Amino acid sequence: MIEEEAGIVFNRQIADKTYHMGLESPRIAAAAKPGQFVMLRVFNGIDPLLRRPLSICRVGGDGIFYLLYRVVGRGTAIMSRAVKGERLSVLGPLGRGFKLPPPGDRSFLVAGGIGIAPLISLSQVVDKDHMAFLVGYRSAAEIIPAEQVGADTSVSIATDDGTAGHRGPVTELLKANVERAGEGRAIVFACGPLPMLKAVAALTSKWNIPCQVSLETSMACGVGACHGCAVKSSSGQKKPYHHVCQDGPVFDADTVDWGRL
Amino acid sequence: MTEIQPDLKTSLGSLTLKNPVLTASGTFGYGQEFSSLVDPNLLGGIVVKGLSLKPRAGNRPPRTVETPCGMLNAIGLANMGVDAFVEKRLPLLRELDTVVIANIYGHTIDEYGTVAARLKGVEGISAIEVNISCPNVDGGGMAFGTDPDISARVTEQVLKKADKPVIVKLSPNVTDIRAVARAVERAGAEGISLINTLTGMAIDIETRLPRLANISGGLSGPAIRPVALHMVYQVVKAVRIPVIGIGGIMDYRDAPEFLIAGAKAVQVGTASFVNPRASLDIVEGLKAFCQGHGITAIDEIIGTMRLR
Ligand SMILES: Cc1cc2nc3c(=O)[nH]c(=O)nc-3n(C[C@H](O)[C@H](O)[C@H](O)COP(=O)(O)OP(=O)(O)OC[C@H]3O[C@@H](n4cnc5c(N)ncnc54)[C@H](O)[C@@H]3O)c2cc1C
Ligand SMILES: Cc1cc2nc3c(=O)[nH]c(=O)nc-3n(C[C@H](O)[C@H](O)[C@H](O)COP(=O)(O)O)c2cc1C
Ligand code: FES
Repeated sequence: MIEEEAGIVFNRQIADKTYHMGLESPRIAAAAKPGQFVMLRVFNGIDPLLRRPLSICRVGGDGIFYLLYRVVGRGTAIMSRAVKGERLSVLGPLGRGFKLPPPGDRSFLVAGGIGIAPLISLSQVVDKDHMAFLVGYRSAAEIIPAEQVGADTSVSIATDDGTAGHRGPVTELLKANVERAGEGRAIVFACGPLPMLKAVAALTSKWNIPCQVSLETSMACGVGACHGCAVKSSSGQKKPYHHVCQDGPVFDADTVDWGRL
Repeated sequence: MTEIQPDLKTSLGSLTLKNPVLTASGTFGYGQEFSSLVDPNLLGGIVVKGLSLKPRAGNRPPRTVETPCGMLNAIGLANMGVDAFVEKRLPLLRELDTVVIANIYGHTIDEYGTVAARLKGVEGISAIEVNISCPNVDGGGMAFGTDPDISARVTEQVLKKADKPVIVKLSPNVTDIRAVARAVERAGAEGISLINTLTGMAIDIETRLPRLANISGGLSGPAIRPVALHMVYQVVKAVRIPVIGIGGIMDYRDAPEFLIAGAKAVQVGTASFVNPRASLDIVEGLKAFCQGHGITAIDEIIGTMRLR
């Protein structure tokens, strides 16, 4: 765990309400693994007070790590106005990231909107010949140009309103892809809004395919000190609650009590 | 010219702290969570997360929400239980060269005593801090700490079972905190710490849901500092035992405020979430503050508020 001031290398809008930021921190960049996150201090005063959790979207070889974020409130709005050269305090890398599948296994990466962020870094390390990257958006205006944020692979898109790609939920794309792939070992990695994650968890459980999900909760500390980031674990787990910042944010889908999320 | 090294030592009854900065219960885990960023040996002390007799899962999420200049929490005193703490976490804490204080609570007066008894003879714990802000099961859910008589009985029960100095941590959710302070002093407490969180709530106006699943929670952070400071000032004037000030202390400028009001030491809570090194920065800042003001020992400023 490292805490340091990282300089903003760039910060630009790349889709509706969605921004891409590069931060220079060779130590964090060197230590980060796909699926981990940072706690970013977006403001140096006391209001807003707390740090914001953000996934490490990608790491460059140049000591820079990248964030992809959507403006949903005050903290992310402040972030969107930050300019090159400013320095922000970053705490990270934090949490447990994705467990990588053995080479040869088929990987299905499923994102809903901004949930693409942690999956970008994963897409760089899994076997590209056996990978499908599926992303759902509400509408075409939200589409995050994946190649601009470091996904060196093609991405299949679904939109709720049919303005781009497949019309319908991204889980329909997942179904079609899994069916097309046929037999053989496979694994699903998912990040996105809760209803989407629930649907993916239900499908993979039905298919008996392992699934790892990246979860979000409100977080005060990000390091396991406050016990604030609890999610109910499924029966049979050692602890009644997981702590997303330490035990996650990535979990095996069958260890989470989806009915109580 | 070498700078004079000010003496930051402070005493809390029979305890001596190397400096007046401790971490507050529930905000620094069991002392290890931040250890790669903060060397706990440089702190005056660590107060560990509240310990109960049995492990507790805690409240349903969401458990925290940010509010103006602060946050609400309804963790529900989630913890591993006193026995697991002694077995699993204390061994690492024991190696530290700083004061470790165990924060405890119970659901009945007896249970407070039982938790204290479990810490009897246990090495590596310098004192017990009794959290009397939690709901009193026998008393219908009202916090023990809102009633001076019950607060005194909890204190007596812990003293009867404990073999370590007992500090009682007061709840600010009362009409007159001095009455509770005097009651626990009479009951034999060696020190008083305050304040715990102030009860509050927040509502999401779109969904009309409370932002915390528990509906209400405890407010902490800089938003509560003026309230905390005033209560510390009131209690210092009402009792003779040492007082530890807590509430919204963010940096080295906030800490002397509490010391000048009469606190012998301070605890840093929510600030550690914002700046994990806050407690250590405050120790360093206090040193510089003393140097800048020609103060040779931090003792010199305690309780020195001047009157207009
Ligand atoms: C481990 C982890 C990784 C994350 N990674 C990313 C990421 O890579 N990119 C990204 O854009 N976001 C990410 N998030 C979510 C991000 O932390 C929140 O969107 C952010 O904290 C909101 O801050 P704010 O001040 O802008 O909004 P606030 O003022 O705190 O909230 C404003 C509104 O946003 C809503 N909101 C708050 N938190 C979330 C949330 N987690 N998801 C959706 N809505 C929320 C609130 O309900 C409220 O209505 C992540 C969260 C976690 C826990
Ligand atoms: C997440 C969280 C958990 C806490 N848990 C405890 C606890 O277990 N026992 C206790 O006595 N106080 C607990 N507190 C209260 C703090 O120790 C402190 O009294 C309070 O937060 C005010 O200080 P601050 O404004 O510096 O945070 C907790 C506070 C927070 C924010
Ligand atoms: S956010 Fe504090 S324990 Fe996870």
